[in-house]
Amino acid sequence: MSPDLLIKNAHIIDPGQDIDTTGDILVSQGKIKSIGKDVKETGIPIIDASGLIACPGFVDVHCHLREPGFEAKETIESGTAAAAHGGFTTVCCMPNTNPPLDNLASIDYVNNTAARKGVIRVLPVGCITKGRAGKEMTEMMEMANAGCVGFSDDGSPVTNSRVMSLAMEYAASLNTLIIDHCEDTELSRDGQINDGWVAARLGLKGIPAAAEESMVARDIALARMTGTRLHITHVSTAGSVELIRNAKKEGIHITADATPHHLTLTEEAVLKNIAKNGISLAYDTNAKVNPPLRSQSDIEALIRALNDGTIDAIATDHAPHSTEDKLCELDTAAFGISGFETAFGVLMTLVNTGKIQLTTLLACLTHKPAGIIGEKYGVTATLRESSSADIVLLDLNKIWKVNARSFYSKGKNTPFNGIDLKGSVAATIFQGNFAYRDSMLEVTG
Amino acid sequence: MNVNETKLSVSGHESFPSLSIELWQHRHVLDLDDFSCDEVNLVFEIADAMSEVISRDVKKVPTLRGKTIATMFFEPSTRTRSSFELAAKYLSADTVSLDSIKSSVAKGESLIDSLRTLQALGVDTIVMRHPCSGAPYIAAQNLETSIINAGDGCHAHPSQGLLDMYTLRRHLGDLNGRKVVIVGDITHSRVAGSNIWATKALGVKLTLCAPPTLLPHGLHAMLKKCSLDHVTVEHDLDVAIRDADAVMPLRLQKERQQSGLISSIREYIQLYQLTPQRLSLAKPGAIVMHPGPMNEGIEISHEVAYSSQSLIEEQVTNGVAVRMALLYLITGGKIR
Repeated sequence: MSPDLLIKNAHIIDPGQDIDTTGDILVSQGKIKSIGKDVKETGIPIIDASGLIACPGFVDVHCHLREPGFEAKETIESGTAAAAHGGFTTVCCMPNTNPPLDNLASIDYVNNTAARKGVIRVLPVGCITKGRAGKEMTEMMEMANAGCVGFSDDGSPVTNSRVMSLAMEYAASLNTLIIDHCEDTELSRDGQINDGWVAARLGLKGIPAAAEESMVARDIALARMTGTRLHITHVSTAGSVELIRNAKKEGIHITADATPHHLTLTEEAVLKNIAKNGISLAYDTNAKVNPPLRSQSDIEALIRALNDGTIDAIATDHAPHSTEDKLCELDTAAFGISGFETAFGVLMTLVNTGKIQLTTLLACLTHKPAGIIGEKYGVTATLRESSSADIVLLDLNKIWKVNARSFYSKGKNTPFNGIDLKGSVAATIFQGNFAYRDSMLEVTG
Repeated sequence: MNVNETKLSVSGHESFPSLSIELWQHRHVLDLDDFSCDEVNLVFEIADAMSEVISRDVKKVPTLRGKTIATMFFEPSTRTRSSFELAAKYLSADTVSLDSIKSSVAKGESLIDSLRTLQALGVDTIVMRHPCSGAPYIAAQNLETSIINAGDGCHAHPSQGLLDMYTLRRHLGDLNGRKVVIVGDITHSRVAGSNIWATKALGVKLTLCAPPTLLPHGLHAMLKKCSLDHVTVEHDLDVAIRDADAVMPLRLQKERQQSGLISSIREYIQLYQLTPQRLSLAKPGAIVMHPGPMNEGIEISHEVAYSSQSLIEEQVTNGVAVRMALLYLITGGKIR
């Protein structure tokens, strides 16, 4: 349990500080002590990180740890282990638990459980409205003081625009963040997948792009009116990207994230992703997610938005489910993808195919999401001296096959199962301790 | 192809059909998207022989004796279910009909667990209907037992597609180049879904006619993506019906008005009801079909439903023959 560690010969990338060099990182008492060449230190554990990238631990502004209430899907213990396996050292967990995180006691519960069982930093997101019912706003001040990093009724939008605008005004006074899941639930009613050709092919009710875009447009109007900090999460359509781009130009305080699956998969994953037993149509419930996987042109718009900064961060929307939630009819299957453990490998396909630069990817996983949260929760996502030693070691050349059964997460629900990915996490260090270490990575000394 | 004279041999299958049974490569019948023209014709040829059986005084052949066929309907159905059950009985299969399935579902049993129970009971073929699109696909991915899709959600109803084309073929002969119009609630119609593929296999030109609110948004993109260039979409029935060899109105559920998809039943009738006047715009003697159950006076007028051009009752009879053919091919065939 020594918080001291020397990482030797790593390719160090710290996008927040424009550092891209080869050298050593000395960790002492859970903090970064120094970065340099040929750092000499004896009597502490040493990793030879030759051939590996060392960068700040990943920050995920949107995930579901399911505790309290849905411990069969995930717990804070299993969820943080899975996050560490994916390279994350900070995750923000959404409040659609049972009961929902809509008061101080439930926030305290998550914080206490994370302190006892978690292997990385967990920052809870609180509900915007009590019971996620969309009617009365929660006691945000008290919850924010207890460590609530932002507020969202994720899983649902706040449909009532008046309630949303009041919550935004209130949140602005607390300088906290409003995170919205944008969906016009009348337009998306009974929808299962994107409202496109695959829905027509499979006889499924579609969720149109306009269901997201109309709510993004409303939120932008409300943010303009209230001056709040607004974060649009899991952006999935080209139209939403355009709205956010224009809002940013206008100077509205808005940020956005997109998920690895929306950046890489289209609606066609539902149709033909690994149909078993030679059956022609897969109806793959593991590709059922909300918002739904969209079209190729939406993917291209999301990638452009990552490159031009319209989309600030990549968030996993890690949404673990138990087998029985997915091994069923597509209409009754739960929405969501277990995303922590495939995120980096999946995102590296964008780098490996030249669609984005490695530094852009790492920025969207580190200091940019940290900037959305703000530094007051101890998330710096930097390798600056004296900051928390939250470090991930990455092997860009390792080719591996996704095997959901080997996930640390209880949720084996992934549309990426069985595919080969190039790029993996070799170790995740949180406050100087290993939160995850690949068995091939040797530690000496 | 004409109705051939082949007799169904009761003691063995060697004498029929003329198309090689080796053609048949399906373990399940989930939809018609993977049916070739020859396979459809094979089904028709066997159905001809089955038609002869059901026209007999004693409607029973021992072909599937010792086989067990389960019908498992997760939503109400009278005609399709009775049609399959009679088809199985005429072939001497034992049938089990799972009414209790609703209660096990009510007790929380999952679809796959229910089906695995049937498989463990030794059932040879499961005929299933389910309100969710794709349910039989999920079943087939997780089971060894053969599945025949008797209708899944808004997706497919392959035996209906086959019986519709079979009925047409008996009256029109070769269907290549013929024009069929399906009019009504296309979005929610598994019958239209399967007929899109059945018509493709047989070279039939298909027009889908509906107000935009009863067509899937992704329909045009799907037609393009799946190379279904034999299909056209038309909102105006008076235009769609011109030169049609056959017209098939679909049942309009009254709930579509409540859910806002149509303005009123009254206006729907004005725009889309198949009346004698409208039918007169089609080819002389054009055939009228309906997958049932009908809402007479809504999508079809009484006069048309019972006119000499209507083959609606014959569809029901042919349905039994076509389902016997499918059960024979799936349950009696040698494909494993």
